[in-house]
Amino acid sequence: MMDNHTLTLVVADAALIAPGLRRVHLRAADGARLPPAAPGAHITLSLPGADGARPLRNSYTLVSADPEHGYELIVRRADRSRGGSRHIHEALAPGDVIDATVPHNLFALHSQAKKHLLIGGGIGITPLLAFVARLRETGAPFELHQIASADEIGVFAALLAPRAGEQVHIHGGRTSLDLPALLAAQPLGTHVYTCGPAGLMDHVEAAAAGLGWPSSHVHREDFGAAGGEPFVLRLAASDIEIAVAGDQTMLEAIEAAGIDTPSLCRGGACGVCILPVRQGEPEHRDHFLSEAERAQGCHVMPCVSRSRSALLVLDI
Amino acid sequence: MATRFKPDETFRDDFRYGNSETAILRFPFPFGEDAYMYGVNMEPHTRPGSAGVFAVGFDVDEHYVAECAERAKVLALEPGRCLVLPHMREAEWDTLELIMESLAADYPDQFTLERDGLDWTWTNRPLGIHHTFRFGDATTLPHPPFEYIVRQAQGDFTLQDQRDGTLYIDGGVATVPADWSLAFDVGMTFHEWHGPVPLAHQAGVFDRALQYLMRVRYGHPARRLNWTMTINPRLDTSPENYPLWGPDRASLTAETIGDRLFLRVELQSFFRLPRSNALLFGIRTYLASLNELTRVPKWGRRLHRVMRDLHPDIAEYKGLTRYRELLVAYLAQFDDGAPTAPGITPDCAALSD
Repeated sequence: MMDNHTLTLVVADAALIAPGLRRVHLRAADGARLPPAAPGAHITLSLPGADGARPLRNSYTLVSADPEHGYELIVRRADRSRGGSRHIHEALAPGDVIDATVPHNLFALHSQAKKHLLIGGGIGITPLLAFVARLRETGAPFELHQIASADEIGVFAALLAPRAGEQVHIHGGRTSLDLPALLAAQPLGTHVYTCGPAGLMDHVEAAAAGLGWPSSHVHREDFGAAGGEPFVLRLAASDIEIAVAGDQTMLEAIEAAGIDTPSLCRGGACGVCILPVRQGEPEHRDHFLSEAERAQGCHVMPCVSRSRSALLVLDI
Repeated sequence: MATRFKPDETFRDDFRYGNSETAILRFPFPFGEDAYMYGVNMEPHTRPGSAGVFAVGFDVDEHYVAECAERAKVLALEPGRCLVLPHMREAEWDTLELIMESLAADYPDQFTLERDGLDWTWTNRPLGIHHTFRFGDATTLPHPPFEYIVRQAQGDFTLQDQRDGTLYIDGGVATVPADWSLAFDVGMTFHEWHGPVPLAHQAGVFDRALQYLMRVRYGHPARRLNWTMTINPRLDTSPENYPLWGPDRASLTAETIGDRLFLRVELQSFFRLPRSNALLFGIRTYLASLNELTRVPKWGRRLHRVMRDLHPDIAEYKGLTRYRELLVAYLAQFDDGAPTAPGITPDCAALSD
């Protein structure tokens, strides 16, 4: 159970809750329990790409997660969808089976916060809904400020209605919330969590920094940098070209090509899988190479790093 | 093959302890080459194709029943060996669930977990436990949830809260510690509690290890091996009890060292906990005497070379200095100078006598 990296889920229910917002309930396809998840966790769904292209991997925050009753997502239809949110809005139906990763949390509540200040923008409300449920349970002090465009105030008011209370505020448009004033009014020991458009999250971070908040007290939604653009790997010594897919690591691609190369931690820390670079520009994501070594561009850790250039040539 | 437990083993006083041939052959020998230096030696745990002690999340071996009895003994004498800070309550239930799920899945003949909503029934046949309780309600268990489940597991455990870009050791149980104190370390950051380790900080080992650990994901546990040596098969080598075991270091002789000196290996495992986002460290201790280990020719040769060439700062930190000369002289008889194959496996089907 704990080593099943992929969950096979079935759509139990999918309903439009407002224009452009669809709520999806997922359960285990085999009826078994699902892994529990902390508020702030997300899963990555494998969705059919547009026009039969290869599957898209989209991450969605869990609005609620219960091992027996399943996972709840709210998906906004993206204006310029690569096909993922369009599929969820136009095609997804109860009974559909979807592969997903187990939940992963990069946006956790801080255990020592004296107060939690939640600032959401648009669909960025999803992790905050999970936070509010938890904070209500534990009785921890919190305040939620949700920013919505003027025509969507009703939508978010309806979403928040089950969680309404004096701590919950909805603002029409970003200019209607004075962020520096809100942050300045918080008691010492407050942690702020923000999720929404990058501009809003940057604004929260800048306002907090401007008031002297420690960066450890400022949290923003993050799905992590798993995967990236596909690229081609050429192994010069063995004269082989390998396509590295967007959701595959360089190391996995090399192994899939039947080439035995040493590795240990597979997380960019131990240094065992280091490979020499002959040509191309690595995108370093490891914790092993120093800044100076990165600048030289002579080595890469294929377990986590990728390539900025379309072609990366390795000396193996 | 069903494990035959050895409930009469003891880890103190009369030291009734030994490894079967099966246990020796699956011993997690920590040296993959003929030299030892600190490094970031973490790797994925329980990957498909893993064997022996690496195949399951929590290994249960022939010493299980006796080690659980030893833990109960230490906790009766010193209840403070199990400490969990109040903000880790959810991590306690996470730990209980993880260990129960793992044991029930990996050893279905010995352990069973039945769940009906929040009403759970746990059966532990080796210890004769059959218990119905309500998940999340600590009043339905005889001990707090973390203590309840670690009393039924081998090895020590610590609970790390992840915040402020580091890990805080905010709970755990340490009845099998290799000379470290949970009461002293509790609340410290990752770099603080590793402060005393020589050489590794300068090499950046802890910086890289911390980055790796903070990225350990639910369902993707990691592990590493660590080692030291202990005189007699004594599991509880705590700083609190140093007067009981410290003097043993001066008691070894050429005649007794083979039977009385034990390689002490920690299989350290790292699990992300789903509800709390905390990180569980398992510190599972395996003990084997020199005379048991040297029945594997490769291990005998390698142990000699590693101990002979060990950096003096590491030898001092691990408490070997007092008897190291005696140790190396004793091991020399097992080293014929032949080359050793890389890796930790015994590379022999049967043991020499």
